[in-house]
Amino acid sequence: MLGDGVRLVMNSIWILLAQRIALGLLLLLAVSVLIFVGTQILPGDVAQSILGQSATPVALANLREELGLNDPAYVRYLSWLGGVLQGDLGTALSNGQNISEQIGKRLGNTLFLAFWAAVVAVPLAILLGLMAVRYRNRWPDKLISGMTLASISLPEFFIGYVLIFFFAVKLRWFPSVATVYDSMSLLEKLNAIALPVTVLTLVVLAHMMRMTRAAILNVMQSAYIETAELKGLSAFDVIFRHAFPNAISPIVNVVMINLAYLVVGVVVVEVIFVYPGMGQYLVDHVAKRDVPVVQACGLIFAAVYVGLNLIADVVAIVSNPRLRHPK
Amino acid sequence: MRIPISALIGLFMTASFFLIAIFAPWIAPYGMAEVVGAVWEPRSAEHLLGTDNIGRDLFTRMIYGGRTTIVIATFATILSFTLGSFLGFTAAVIGGWVDQVMSRLVDLLMSIPTLIFALVVLSVMPVTLPVLILVMGLLDSTRVYRLSRAVAVDINVMDFVESAKLRGEGRMWVIFREILPNALSPLVAELGLRFIFAVLFLSTLSFLGLGVQPPASDWGGMVKENKEGIVFGIGAALYPAAAISVLAISVNLVADWVLNRTSDLKGGRGG
Repeated sequence: MLGDGVRLVMNSIWILLAQRIALGLLLLLAVSVLIFVGTQILPGDVAQSILGQSATPVALANLREELGLNDPAYVRYLSWLGGVLQGDLGTALSNGQNISEQIGKRLGNTLFLAFWAAVVAVPLAILLGLMAVRYRNRWPDKLISGMTLASISLPEFFIGYVLIFFFAVKLRWFPSVATVYDSMSLLEKLNAIALPVTVLTLVVLAHMMRMTRAAILNVMQSAYIETAELKGLSAFDVIFRHAFPNAISPIVNVVMINLAYLVVGVVVVEVIFVYPGMGQYLVDHVAKRDVPVVQACGLIFAAVYVGLNLIADVVAIVSNPRLRHPK
Repeated sequence: MRIPISALIGLFMTASFFLIAIFAPWIAPYGMAEVVGAVWEPRSAEHLLGTDNIGRDLFTRMIYGGRTTIVIATFATILSFTLGSFLGFTAAVIGGWVDQVMSRLVDLLMSIPTLIFALVVLSVMPVTLPVLILVMGLLDSTRVYRLSRAVAVDINVMDFVESAKLRGEGRMWVIFREILPNALSPLVAELGLRFIFAVLFLSTLSFLGLGVQPPASDWGGMVKENKEGIVFGIGAALYPAAAISVLAISVNLVADWVLNRTSDLKGGRGG
């Protein structure tokens, strides 16, 4: 009997997960269509933008032929998607380089930056969120609302250049340009990315902190917390041993959403610190109107974003006790 | 009614920014593109904030830059609001497959980070002011759509809307005369947040070189123009960046107060 019940419950979780993952894949497909449509069917003409207004009609026609612009849109989309699925992102219009190779080098750098930002920001946000619950309605709470206000108001480049101005130029603690080479040791690399990691951390910290606080405060109203308090446990024991484990699901969810934001915030931060990553690559090639590169980068950024949001939902399903023990 | 001090400060600052934007030509001591000194002169009596990367008066550029930022952000906000709320109300009133199709389309648009999608689109479109306003307004209208649809769905089932439908009023009447007046207060609260989003988004695009094109310049573009000075200890780029921050904080203080008064609807930073 018990075995059957457990199996049934596991099945319903698997069904939910399968549905959510299928939806995610469908969404990715739709996103790829949207990115393709965004660059191909809008009034702008790729050939015209590459060659400029003064191009001769013959040159335009040749380039259109070369880029396959004369094929119907869906044929071009399918051949693009087919290439992407086999890891072939095409060649850059501006310099004829293989996009997959270029992105391979830079994606690692971007993930390195985002990874360390996450390593710093996530534990810090959770710790500060817990502190805010412990000292709720006192000054840490005020600090949190102040930081939230700042983090939704200050552009990344303001925080970035203020940090460069004071810590790199005036105090000379860190380099102002975050260049990383393969030959650098990990410590040298970390020193180089200290400032960009700080900017990214500050940008996502407040939201994660506030959500952590809200999630725990929500749990704190439960009857078992009151029981724990009446047993005479210390405030930290109540929060750490009883409230925090039950708030993990919403916290993981908000962490994932902020990691997704991190991957996008990285674009601007890379430009500020001249960091050799995907964001810089994307922005450079938007200015050059290099459509294949922009499509490839756009698709990868969007895929990471969709993927992290998907993981957030999956974690929410798996860690929801109500789904594990349905009545 | 007591207005909290933070909201008063926010209101005062926001009003000042708008007044400076409107009266820019009368306030600015020099011409916007006028070269009046050497490159990156320090602060002086003639040049309150010094000069910029090609010797233009930075204070003058700040005033005109603010005007550009505020005007474009205002137009983008108006566009996103008009479009988003009209479509949101329409979806709520018509319902059925129209609602389904529009809502799924908005879900799809929102599943791509706004900045990434804007960069993709701007790689094929000419970067002109109408295009910028259109791209920013369209992408941001998705958020307004969600909010106004949610609000309108609630209002749509109320008795006075039912009675309007029963007495045979058309859809446009229901949308503009029944739903719109009752949906205004949550929408007004959202207005401030969308305006901040537009300001930050435009500044980011211009900072990346894909927004307002030279010789015209908004605050984000001024950061880009002067950023090379930072490594020499010249803080010219920090002024426009700080101005963006102060404007955003001021509007936020007002929006927070309106939000607290109306409901707990809260907008995030928005990828």
